[in-house]
Amino acid sequence: MDKATWVLLLCFCSFLIGNLRAQEIEQSERAERISGAAGDVLEDNPVGRLKVYVYEIPSKYNTKRVKKDPRCLTHMFAAEVFMHRFLLKSPVRTKNPEEADWFFVPVYTTCDLTPNGLPLPFKSPRMMRSAIQLVASKWPYWNRTEGADHFFVTPHDFGACFHYQEEKAIERGILPLLQRATLVQTFGQRNHVCLKEGSITIPPYAPPQKIWAHIIPPETPRSIFVYFRGLFYDVGNDPEGGYYARGARASVWENFKDNPLFDISTEHPATYYEDMQRAVFCLCPLGWAPWSPRLVEAVVFGCIPVIIADDIVLPFADAIPWEEIGVFVAEEDVPKLDTILTSIPTEVILRKQRLLANPTMKQAMLFPQPANPGDAFHQILNGLARKLPHDRSVYLKADQKVLNWTAGPVGDLKPW
Amino acid sequence: MFHNNHGTRRSTAAARSSASGGLEGGGVGSPAASSASDGSSFRPSASTFWLLLHGLCCLISLFLGFRFSRLIFVLLFSNTIYTYTTTTTTTITSTRTETLTVSFPLTHTPPIETAVKPNNSAIELSDKMSNQGSSHSQVVVGRHGIRIRPWPHPDPTEVMRAHRIIERVQQEQRKWYGVKSPRPLIVITPTYARTFQALHLTGLIHCLRNVPYPVTWIVVEAGGVTNETASLLARSRVQFLHIPFHEKMPVEWAERHLTENRMRLHGLRVIRERNMDGIVLFADDSNVHSLDLFDEIQKVQWMGSVSVGILAHSGGPDRTLLTEDEKLNPPIPVQGPACNSSGHLIGWHTFNSIPYSEKSATFVGESATVLPGKMEWSGFVFNARMIWKEAEEGRPEWVKDLDKIGENGEEIESPLALVNDASFVEPLGDCGKKVMLWWMRVEARADSKFPPGWIIDPPLEIVVPSKRTPWQETDDLAGSKLEQDDRRFTRPKSRSSSKRKNTLPGQDN
Repeated sequence: MDKATWVLLLCFCSFLIGNLRAQEIEQSERAERISGAAGDVLEDNPVGRLKVYVYEIPSKYNTKRVKKDPRCLTHMFAAEVFMHRFLLKSPVRTKNPEEADWFFVPVYTTCDLTPNGLPLPFKSPRMMRSAIQLVASKWPYWNRTEGADHFFVTPHDFGACFHYQEEKAIERGILPLLQRATLVQTFGQRNHVCLKEGSITIPPYAPPQKIWAHIIPPETPRSIFVYFRGLFYDVGNDPEGGYYARGARASVWENFKDNPLFDISTEHPATYYEDMQRAVFCLCPLGWAPWSPRLVEAVVFGCIPVIIADDIVLPFADAIPWEEIGVFVAEEDVPKLDTILTSIPTEVILRKQRLLANPTMKQAMLFPQPANPGDAFHQILNGLARKLPHDRSVYLKADQKVLNWTAGPVGDLKPW
Repeated sequence: MFHNNHGTRRSTAAARSSASGGLEGGGVGSPAASSASDGSSFRPSASTFWLLLHGLCCLISLFLGFRFSRLIFVLLFSNTIYTYTTTTTTTITSTRTETLTVSFPLTHTPPIETAVKPNNSAIELSDKMSNQGSSHSQVVVGRHGIRIRPWPHPDPTEVMRAHRIIERVQQEQRKWYGVKSPRPLIVITPTYARTFQALHLTGLIHCLRNVPYPVTWIVVEAGGVTNETASLLARSRVQFLHIPFHEKMPVEWAERHLTENRMRLHGLRVIRERNMDGIVLFADDSNVHSLDLFDEIQKVQWMGSVSVGILAHSGGPDRTLLTEDEKLNPPIPVQGPACNSSGHLIGWHTFNSIPYSEKSATFVGESATVLPGKMEWSGFVFNARMIWKEAEEGRPEWVKDLDKIGENGEEIESPLALVNDASFVEPLGDCGKKVMLWWMRVEARADSKFPPGWIIDPPLEIVVPSKRTPWQETDDLAGSKLEQDDRRFTRPKSRSSSKRKNTLPGQDN
């Protein structure tokens, strides 16, 4: 008996060691320049792991909106449009709803733009509700699970709360009809009403062509220590400061405006992308919402993101080890930002840069057309695949009803 | 009881959370209110007293220019709330917890607001009040204070640390993306002690210090080793070899070019003797180099050529007379390789010195244009192994042996004399299109003097006679002399006597 246990123990140990060695070798092979696994999960191929059925709903919900305003294809909320287009051509799509694991409802809720280009969310709840009603009446699959195996892309400021002002968004909460569905959204903040459990956080859309057109030779020495371009005070909406960005951006300005290490200003230079590639750290503070395309730009350009947003949930947080790649600074520590950044050991900084140089990392942040393996579309599918198989309780019995179709503000119940 | 109601209304408004500047509004009722919270218990005649106090406070505020009610609040409530500017207020909602810290909207930032020590009762209190049971890092919506530290300026130690980080990052970048196996550089500079030497050498030293590759600097000095040059080199922090050359530097430019050539050959012989490895570069002390040059020459295999911008200046006011079509196509003052469309070397661009031929300078320090030679040495770089006696890979056949050059006493005009076939020279810098160094000759007159080592010792004394002395001038002669010479210079050696000598005649010693 003893011998057997010893043999078992030996086998177990060697298995462990073998595993570790394999990982080490993999890591050192994967990078001449890069080391450290930026998530093995990033390289998973979702094809074959799930099947998605795309509802074909009238084009007034999707393509007509884009035709009416083509700006929807280039603003930072364009992920909803491109996700739809990707799924239509993807091998994970199935035309047979019976074998589908996930159902996608293509409704472009952020495509109602003001003349300035900002999306108006006031009609979005009604639009979403109308789309869901259509889907629930024409197909049986919604009622089967009350939407628990359906997913939606809601890339607006506060996701499915459909409002740009945080207080109002919190008041409204997530649309009641989406209570059981999976939401794919850019907004993520822990313990917040507008982030429901099981949502998939994605990066905001950044136009890949424009980014790749501004790449400079990588041997250009990085000579800017900290870089940031953007508003510190939103003079139009919050002239005194204190509301916008919870005072964090204003604090950055007041503390570091005369610091030569901080290249920060509100200007809009033509060399914005090139400058980011010459910087070691790029600030990504919150604005009216905690997320911003700056994170995507920083990752693609190899600039270490300094994230100043308490409790933020970053894109694909279960696949990407953000702690190892970026620097997190609490909003209350902003006055000490220079101390914090200069006291990071050099080896840590070099390692972060190596991780950022990993092409898998950069691909995972972008939505290129046509899709490339490992890009954000695939990460979304990977995330959905990781949630499979659905729990048995998701399938409701014949007369079980969970959703309240009349919940929410009265204005939402009007037809769209 | 007007003021009391007024007072209580104000004080409750102040004490409870208010989202925006609820404390705004004219007048200074609050101090009266706060400090008079127990005013109601006073005798009726106190009402006049309070009215008077109110008036007094108004006057004081007017005088100070701001409402000092807040000051009073802080003083009263300082140990409970305030060492920390942050305040959070919420206006909502069912799922959030409410906070009750007093809000201090920052319409202007009085100095108190910038305290920042983040500890002690402030946080505990706000934590207790704000987070009933929820996690410690709960983020609340609403107006927040803007945190500013007491001295928001850069700290020099941190700035130095940041620079070191940047240096290390750039080193890593060079390692990954730059030249893969950089070879050391051997820089040959002919020089001699003269007025402008410190100017030229300082620039060159700083340039060499910034080169990211190992540099060995061979300084060949005409006329033997002097203290001037030695002291400059000792402070340079560049690895150098100070080689004396037996001839003195002549005054005429033509002779000077030839002497410099001989000095450079002497430097090459040093390399050959010591079998030094690397890339040989000729850096004249008055030339200006760009750091790109040093990255570019790492590409050389055996012998390469770069374009040199010729800054032939004209010391005098005369301008070169350009012909009409020269004005339309001005001659480009560049010396370097010329390539055909497929990038092969087909010839050389040289500097057109015809417009200057009449007016060029003949001796050093003359205020006329100084012309370069046909092909400047500084535009050529080569692999040190090319001049070794026996290199492992063997010297290419198109290279002459160094010992055979100059043995007949012939003058070496350009490095092309080192090779048999000039077509093997590699054109660098995008086939000569990129100019990364500039040739310039700026010199003072050969007889100009300068303080040795550029140290003025003993210090000069300047006697400046004052025009309006409080004491009487002795006679008119003294006064007129004053107008003629305003300032005199004493020579350091005979201080006291010359001082006496140079005092105004007529004055008593």
